[in-house]
Amino acid sequence: MLELRAVTAGYDRRTPVLRDVDLTVADGEAVGLLGPSGCGKSTLARVAALLHRPDAGEVRLAGTPVPGFRHRAPRALRTTVGVVFQQPRQAADPRLTLRDLIAEPLRATGRAAEVADRLAELAPTVGLGGDLLTRGPHEVSDGQLQRACVARALVLRPRLLICDEMTAMLDASTTAALVGVVEDYRAATGAALLAVGHDRVLLDRWCDRVTHLASGSSARA
Amino acid sequence: MTAPAADPSAAEGPGGPPTPASGGPWSAAASARRGRRDHRTLRVRTSVVLGVALALAVLLVPLLVPLDQQAVDLANKLRPPSWEHPFGTDDVGRDVLLRCVYGLRVSLLVGLVAALAASVLGVCVGALAASLGGSVDRLVMRVVDGISSVPHLLLGVFIVAMFRPGVWPVILSVGLTHWVSTARIVRAEIHSLRSRPYIDAAVSGGASRWRVTVRHLVPGVWPQAALAAVLMVPHAIWHESALSFLGLGIPPHQASLGTMTEAARGSLLAGDWWPTLFPGLFIIVPTLVIAGLAGAWRERINPRRRSELML
Repeated sequence: MLELRAVTAGYDRRTPVLRDVDLTVADGEAVGLLGPSGCGKSTLARVAALLHRPDAGEVRLAGTPVPGFRHRAPRALRTTVGVVFQQPRQAADPRLTLRDLIAEPLRATGRAAEVADRLAELAPTVGLGGDLLTRGPHEVSDGQLQRACVARALVLRPRLLICDEMTAMLDASTTAALVGVVEDYRAATGAALLAVGHDRVLLDRWCDRVTHLASGSSARA
Repeated sequence: MTAPAADPSAAEGPGGPPTPASGGPWSAAASARRGRRDHRTLRVRTSVVLGVALALAVLLVPLLVPLDQQAVDLANKLRPPSWEHPFGTDDVGRDVLLRCVYGLRVSLLVGLVAALAASVLGVCVGALAASLGGSVDRLVMRVVDGISSVPHLLLGVFIVAMFRPGVWPVILSVGLTHWVSTARIVRAEIHSLRSRPYIDAAVSGGASRWRVTVRHLVPGVWPQAALAAVLMVPHAIWHESALSFLGLGIPPHQASLGTMTEAARGSLLAGDWWPTLFPGLFIIVPTLVIAGLAGAWRERINPRRRSELML
């Protein structure tokens, strides 16, 4: 599903955060990515989600080499990957209600007609009651907002889900609920998962395989 | 154990009496804070009252008062302020108060329309440069630098000189020279928003460049852009007055604050102060009113930055 070969990436060419990293996620597989903070886990997740252009290396998604990153990646390729970010507050446009937040990818891809159906389906799945959907991000808790962000990541039915420290800000019960949501979705669709985190216990239980990213050096996985 | 508890100076020990800045509701620092706040609310209230009064005058006087601002009365020329003519009359006997109100109408029209046009243009250019990035961004910003390196007034004079005198060339000249500051503000704000994770989320959700800009970036800079637009209104009024004063703006028969001050220059030398003083006040007061309101608004949306007037 996802193949990263010899990827070197960072924010300054002279001191890349990632050097020569290989990572493979097979169809339907759940891979956990562990590492200390600052080792480039999130950068790797951004590269895999086609949001950050690596300085060197190749990224293959669904068998095809990725021709570009961010807006240079074809829309169909970008939307095969669903991303959940670490901090829901930062990842939600403060001016949208939760309903619009979840519906935004559908509207952006010209599928506004499906909004009502998908929302009716997803809101109960992630545990958002009717009243919550009409509120803005500043009117809900971190946990509720992260539920909306998970719904947003699932709304286009991605074939690969990238969870970048999805549960770092959340309490145990919300963590369990959201991991449950992701696993139910994967069981239903056979989607692959790349879960990034620093919680070994969680990733060991959640993923088929856990790989380590050592600080500032290369990794093979 | 007799007196010390009741005697405050004994209780303080070697440090002596408390310094006034050390806190408490009656300390000097607290009263200075209160003073600043009172000063601010006084400024905002005065601005609101004067603003409403001027707005009513400008909107209602032409509808309700059946006097002609161009009516010449040579028998009553250069009369000092009186009950009949509160601001006096000018060198051809026209009522200065009435002409001030009509002049302010023109100035506000120019100010509002030009500020709106300049802001829309500035937001478009700034958003375009910031969201396309790369070489487009660099090219656009060099053009902006080029335009802002020429004095606004000079460029404005050049633009009005290409048309017949009137209100619209003035609006055009002010609008076309003042969008650069807004473009800079919008570009800088969008650059800081672009790296937010919610923009990443939008890109990942399949949003096009256009959609990211229009749906997520521009709404994010809206408060700053609107504030810049409001602060530009007084600036535009000053430009209109300056152009008219130079004889390049509004034609002389039409009342405008600039044409009035220009026309009254001669009588000022003869000691007749009212035909220049009152139009001058009508330029300054609305400027301060708008700046006061915009400053209060800016302190609300961004308390850390001090309000400043762009003149």
